[in-house]
Amino acid sequence: MESRSHRFKANASASLANPVLQANLKTAKGKFVDKRAIAIREIDDFEGTREAAKDIRNRVLENLDLWLEKFETTAHARGATVLWAKDGAEICRHVAEIGRKHGVKKAVKSKSMLSEEAGLNLALEAAGIQPVETDLGEYILQINDNEPPSHIIAPVIHKSLDEVADLFHATHQTPRKTEIPALTREAREVLREHFLTADMGISGGNFLVAETGSVALVTNEGNGRMVTTLPRVHVVITGIEKVIPTLEDLSLLMRLLPRSATGQSISNYVSVLTGVKRPDEQDGPEHLYYILVDNGRADVVGSEFQDMLRCIRCGACMNHCPVYQTIGGHAYGWVYPGPMGSVLTPLYTGLENAIDLPHAATLCNQCGVVCPVKIPLPELLRKLREKQVDRKLRPLFERIALKAWAWVAGRPALYGMGARFAVRYLKWLAGGRASIEIMGTAPEWTAGRNFPAPEGRTFRELYAKRYNKK
Amino acid sequence: MRIALFVTCLVDMMRPRIGFAAIELLEAAGCEVIVPGTQTCCGQPAWNSGDHAAAAALAKKVIGEFEGHAYVVAPSGSCADHIRNEYPKILADEPEWHARAVALASRVFELTDFLVNVARLDAVPGRFAGSVTYHDSCSGLRGLGVKTQPRALLGKLPGVELREMAGAEDCCGFGGTFSVKFGDISAAIAERKCGNACATGAGTIVGGDLGCLLNIEGKLRRMGDERTRVMHIAEVLTATDGEAGAC
Repeated sequence: MESRSHRFKANASASLANPVLQANLKTAKGKFVDKRAIAIREIDDFEGTREAAKDIRNRVLENLDLWLEKFETTAHARGATVLWAKDGAEICRHVAEIGRKHGVKKAVKSKSMLSEEAGLNLALEAAGIQPVETDLGEYILQINDNEPPSHIIAPVIHKSLDEVADLFHATHQTPRKTEIPALTREAREVLREHFLTADMGISGGNFLVAETGSVALVTNEGNGRMVTTLPRVHVVITGIEKVIPTLEDLSLLMRLLPRSATGQSISNYVSVLTGVKRPDEQDGPEHLYYILVDNGRADVVGSEFQDMLRCIRCGACMNHCPVYQTIGGHAYGWVYPGPMGSVLTPLYTGLENAIDLPHAATLCNQCGVVCPVKIPLPELLRKLREKQVDRKLRPLFERIALKAWAWVAGRPALYGMGARFAVRYLKWLAGGRASIEIMGTAPEWTAGRNFPAPEGRTFRELYAKRYNKK
Repeated sequence: MRIALFVTCLVDMMRPRIGFAAIELLEAAGCEVIVPGTQTCCGQPAWNSGDHAAAAALAKKVIGEFEGHAYVVAPSGSCADHIRNEYPKILADEPEWHARAVALASRVFELTDFLVNVARLDAVPGRFAGSVTYHDSCSGLRGLGVKTQPRALLGKLPGVELREMAGAEDCCGFGGTFSVKFGDISAAIAERKCGNACATGAGTIVGGDLGCLLNIEGKLRRMGDERTRVMHIAEVLTATDGEAGAC
């Protein structure tokens, strides 16, 4: 997917100025937050469970190559083919090649963020394979001219019921429906035909289990089961960091994932799929491929950002983020929005291509305290800012201003003089009013709010007057 | 007990009365308050902007100025959190300075946390009557565990009625330099905070961090609300009046 992250600031302003989006964000806000808060109370030792989940993920990342080889061996033993992809283009080449080999005309897909990273749908069409998204949200986006998702688990959270009703009416040429069950039924009817006629199923993977060579899928709509069992060919596309050692580890992580994501104790479907259909089995694919993707991940292994690879893609960080809640996911410009996206996008697409994202956070640490695998997101954002400064990627004015301020702050007498001047200037600017409406030195502040006027004297000068001259 | 007051750069410039209120409270708790005269800023803006060198230089300056005191108290969760939790990280690569940062860290407190848990203040000196709602600032709350302390102190004022707002723990949108880098997002988040605060009908919005308070007050005034008062907890606890405004 082509990144628009370099335009974050403009994207965000457009989101703020879009009344339909703002109304939809208001409706969505808090739903996942409240449900999660209730769901995590079911776990006796939630903090201990988070700590254990963090340990599991760290254990893998410390020897990622070995766990991947282990997975490759066990998956191969169950009849699967494991392919490796360096980047999105290689994912597309692999899938097109698999399609050619098996004479695939149509591929049904369940949700895969890697498919978004690769821009797979367009590549499939170019290869003569019809891609059909079967996750309801992803389907809505696909029929809306391949609109990108705005959330990793609720891709159409930015849309209203009315917008979907209009879209279905226009696309399916059916009478306009306004009830959710009726719209869902309509989608099921359309999709059922595709499930039955598809030659290939493409899914993501929430976890890869090394000891068994299985992929675990966490879904709610049931489409994942159809995609992975009905077509002759099943292709799993997932990141190399998704491997975990054992099924026991899976059960622990599953206590956290649905609760953190949607506030469910367990998702409607949890599938653990292992190998191709065996002679005595009724369901399952004849051919199973794993495409394990790097696309920037390998460089993060062993770096100061390795903690980020623990991510299990629950979306809790964005659900709780005041910035995400305010502007929605599209503004972030690439596949992953919210705090995790503001860390991943610069790491995967280049620091210089997402210059605003590490700064697009108040560092309130809501994300850090809700993350089920304890990723210190604010700290990682701050480290990215440090990288930007080291590589001189920040605007010249900002760099000079920061240096000048820090230089003055290190010289108390000079700093005191500057402060005394500044507060008098601001007091004069307020002109007797309690706050300033337009301030040339901080236009970003006063565009949306007033700047309260200072008292007019600094604490240091008042204190000197009051105490030292006694 | 002798303590050193870290005034904070925002209080120094914008609201000196908060600094004096902090001194009054600490003295009421039986402390002798020293105000090191060369203090400027804790350096958080540099650290959060990615300027490690500047952040380290200012951290060393603060450590040098304050490490000789038994306790350091700041009327700000944000600055106290930065000194306590970030200085050791900032100076991680300089063993001698790191040790000094760690030694200082455990003695740095946010004002209300210190008054309740260390100085064990019995009676607060102020008189304040009216309804208030309390905004939990992010760094104090999530970095230092400041949640019950300010409420316990407000509870010592017989005339105060605390009305909790929805999303009291949600960020107000200030975020330091965030507020001037992404002014429109920052102001939009502040608008939600103001809406939640005003929905309680409280006459005064109270908090423990001046950055948040300036952001909230600025947004309220832009929204046309001239009546709701926005006060630092230290001001409320030392107030001599207390008629309430209303949203």
